[in-house]
Amino acid sequence: MFDALSDRLERVATRLRGRGRLSEADLDEALRDIRNALLEADVELGVVVGFTDAVRVRCSGEAISKSLTPGQQVIRAVHEELIRVLGGETLKLTYASRPPTVVLLAGLQGSGKTTTAAKLAQWWKQQGRNPMLVGADLQRPAAVEQLRIMGAQAGVTVFSEPTDPVAVAAAGVEEARRIGRDVCIIDTAGRLAVDQALMEEVRRISEATSPHYTLLVIDSMTGQDAVATASAFHEALELDGVILTKLDGDARGGAALSVKEVVGRPIVFASTGERLGDFDLFHPDRMADRILGMGDVLSLIEQAERTMDRDSVERSATRMMEGRFSLEDFLQQLQQVKKLGSLGGVLKLLPGMSKEMRQAAGQIDDREIDRVEAIVRSMTPAERDDPSIIDGSRRVRVARGSGRSTQEVNALLKQFREMQKMMKGLGTGGMPGMGGMGGKGAGMGRLAGMLGGARGGLGGLGALGSPGGGDADLQQLLGSTGVPGGGGGLVGAKPSGPGAAAGDLGGGRDGQRGSGAPRASQGGGKGKRKKGGRVTPPKPR
Amino acid sequence: MIAIWIVLAVVVVALLTTSVLVGTRRRRRAGQLAPPDQAPPTVEAPPRPSVPPGREAPERAAAAPAAPPAAPPAEAPPAPPRLRDRLGKARGLFSGVVGSIRSRGAVGAATWDDLEVALLRADVGVATTDALLAGLRERVRSKEVAGGDQLVDALRADLVELLRVGGGATARTGGADRSGDGAAEPARPSGRALRFDEEPGVTNVWLFVGVNGVGKTTTVGKVARQQSLAGRSVLLAAGDTFRAAAGEQLETWADRSGVEIVRGAEGGDPSAIVFDAVQRAVARGNDLVLADTAGRFHTKVNLVEELKKIRRVADRDPGRVTEVLLVLDATTGQNALAQARQFTEAVAVTGLVLTKLDGSAKGGIVIAVQRELGIPVKLVGLGEGPDDLVPFDPEEFVDALLGG
Repeated sequence: MFDALSDRLERVATRLRGRGRLSEADLDEALRDIRNALLEADVELGVVVGFTDAVRVRCSGEAISKSLTPGQQVIRAVHEELIRVLGGETLKLTYASRPPTVVLLAGLQGSGKTTTAAKLAQWWKQQGRNPMLVGADLQRPAAVEQLRIMGAQAGVTVFSEPTDPVAVAAAGVEEARRIGRDVCIIDTAGRLAVDQALMEEVRRISEATSPHYTLLVIDSMTGQDAVATASAFHEALELDGVILTKLDGDARGGAALSVKEVVGRPIVFASTGERLGDFDLFHPDRMADRILGMGDVLSLIEQAERTMDRDSVERSATRMMEGRFSLEDFLQQLQQVKKLGSLGGVLKLLPGMSKEMRQAAGQIDDREIDRVEAIVRSMTPAERDDPSIIDGSRRVRVARGSGRSTQEVNALLKQFREMQKMMKGLGTGGMPGMGGMGGKGAGMGRLAGMLGGARGGLGGLGALGSPGGGDADLQQLLGSTGVPGGGGGLVGAKPSGPGAAAGDLGGGRDGQRGSGAPRASQGGGKGKRKKGGRVTPPKPR
Repeated sequence: MIAIWIVLAVVVVALLTTSVLVGTRRRRRAGQLAPPDQAPPTVEAPPRPSVPPGREAPERAAAAPAAPPAAPPAEAPPAPPRLRDRLGKARGLFSGVVGSIRSRGAVGAATWDDLEVALLRADVGVATTDALLAGLRERVRSKEVAGGDQLVDALRADLVELLRVGGGATARTGGADRSGDGAAEPARPSGRALRFDEEPGVTNVWLFVGVNGVGKTTTVGKVARQQSLAGRSVLLAAGDTFRAAAGEQLETWADRSGVEIVRGAEGGDPSAIVFDAVQRAVARGNDLVLADTAGRFHTKVNLVEELKKIRRVADRDPGRVTEVLLVLDATTGQNALAQARQFTEAVAVTGLVLTKLDGSAKGGIVIAVQRELGIPVKLVGLGEGPDDLVPFDPEEFVDALLGG
């Protein structure tokens, strides 16, 4: 799964590190590994081939970067190419001059059309529109009933009649016009792309309703078949966009890339759960991270931006680089980081983690953080500023005050000293392979530049990989991460909604979040995830 | 000492987020990043000209959801569909590739590429494909296999062997022997047949599990019909209390097959429903309880716990869980393997149902599942109708996969 790619990328990076120039053979090997990783992510084979060719061209043309190893460079190229393909143009939703704006949903059985229809209705309602739902799935038992229930939850009228799909769709649009709705969403039955009769039927539905938007609803765990299915629907209906569903699972979602490449229409929405609110605009950069098996850093960053005090963090970072990072700074940062939620979960999301780190991250007990905090709090401000004054009797006092042992206090002080040294090394250019950074400004700028440029935290975290100082343990633990090892996976991290990073981290494989009680009906709480995020609503005409 | 991790972790996270925040700000100031709200270049779909609605007769009779017609259970069972026939729509997708390999005399680089393409496109997966081809390469090198024709036959034989119940590990791919290791719980291996214990005083329970949208409810409906026609007294348990109208959906199937159903309130405890069903089965003398469950991702811990509880409750005397069937969608890619692993670990899956195989997807991932977990495919779903369910036949499956 995610580990496979990250391990593979680590191996690639290790092989390529230290070479100044990327040879053809190196590129071949790196791309072969990328190819396998993409296949394992369910990207369709033809799409993989085309994609790696494009990356090859991009890499060949590039000058060898001074701050990245060749391996990192290849991966950054892959990442950027992914974002380019997945993103590009967005579908700007405009509305028909003569309402209603008709939206037709089509797709395979079980892809999530009915749930998506209701979510779309709610989404549009939140945009200030007045939508209506049409239940044209007369095939699946109780499909219309399902839509009625979900429509009621969204507060949206549902129209259906037991005639035939084409007739009910047309009647639905007419009804929407009659009662003055401005958006009409038509749910259709799931159908196989190879079923000629049913594809003909959906074509007739389209002809009868003249949709302004025809959207393909596709399951993000779809495998190699994604291309065949998407092509067939596109050919029959001329799609305007795609909606990707079930992103709350742990499928890598390579189908997104396949569909985008083959259909060429934007992926408009991402559906991330069974509740009506689990719906957001599609973020290509997050999808790129997910396909490559990297941590969803952006959700983390958004969460951090919202919850952390920027000035305080910036001050501390500056001091960190200058080697003046004190226990006081540490304490403040501890508070900030606690706002992000479970530290172990957060760490697993970060790229740049070696296997050892990830394993240890999974074992972090958040109560440990409290213990460490208690120790630091028991110190006086003077002691925090300059821990060297902490002699034996002070240590005993601190230990007693925090309820911990003197050994623990000793260990913390020792480790903190080592960390200070390491941080100083980072800031003042004592980093092998970095080509001399010199000065705090350059250090920060370099890191920031790399992180900003790579967006997934690719190159920048490579900087963290080889500290200038520190003892052997630290070196080993930080490990061979010249390249982002890939996060611990997107367990619980959804590509939408920044609240996902913290609030739902534990909702995944290893966490214990989420309601222990049996699920209530939809609209109830299945874990409390704040729905934030940037939704750019269409501008009203 | 764990403390080092705390210090390390805090500093790393702080450093990372700081650098990004600062870096982002700097770049924004320097005009390199667009502010988040700025819309990238857009594509507008022009509104289509309106067309008068047509009224045409449907090609397919719509099943009226309100009043399901009661299917008379006394009709003679229709001839069971063959996998081969129903795969007709999608067959031949690769007959070109494999057919051309057969006709080629020597085996060259292009042959291996073609085989790899055929297998990968069938969702067999990188690891299994590599293993299969490595084994075949060896045999070609040692002249055990010569020529395209023999090569395809050898591949076919290997695939069938991998899918054999109790096979998989013993095939020439050299995978670790996992047959029988995967499903730890079932006391007696039942091969590919659906296990049914004839002991008096035992109510067999078959549990249907899987992620969202794979076809569990439809499959339960089909199995209900088949078991009923085979002479067993079936009771359905509507264990999906989450999805809107899931109970109604299953009830329609109950009516179609003339079997009874136990339902509960929406949002209620699925374990309670399964428990009630077993009690009712004892009281009414039903042989078999088929329990539908809500779709759930294997990554959602609380939902997996709920499923474990359902199984535990169902397995209490006089109930006995004799099948835990994981329903897999043939269109699913490599994630199906993750699903199989996690569900097996949670509730000891005994067999797979591979649905939607009448489409263009090949479902090759079941090979990896059998290879790694030793869990056989028992049933194949080939459509939405009540008779669209057949026993799994490895040879027919492989033929369809290779396209001839």
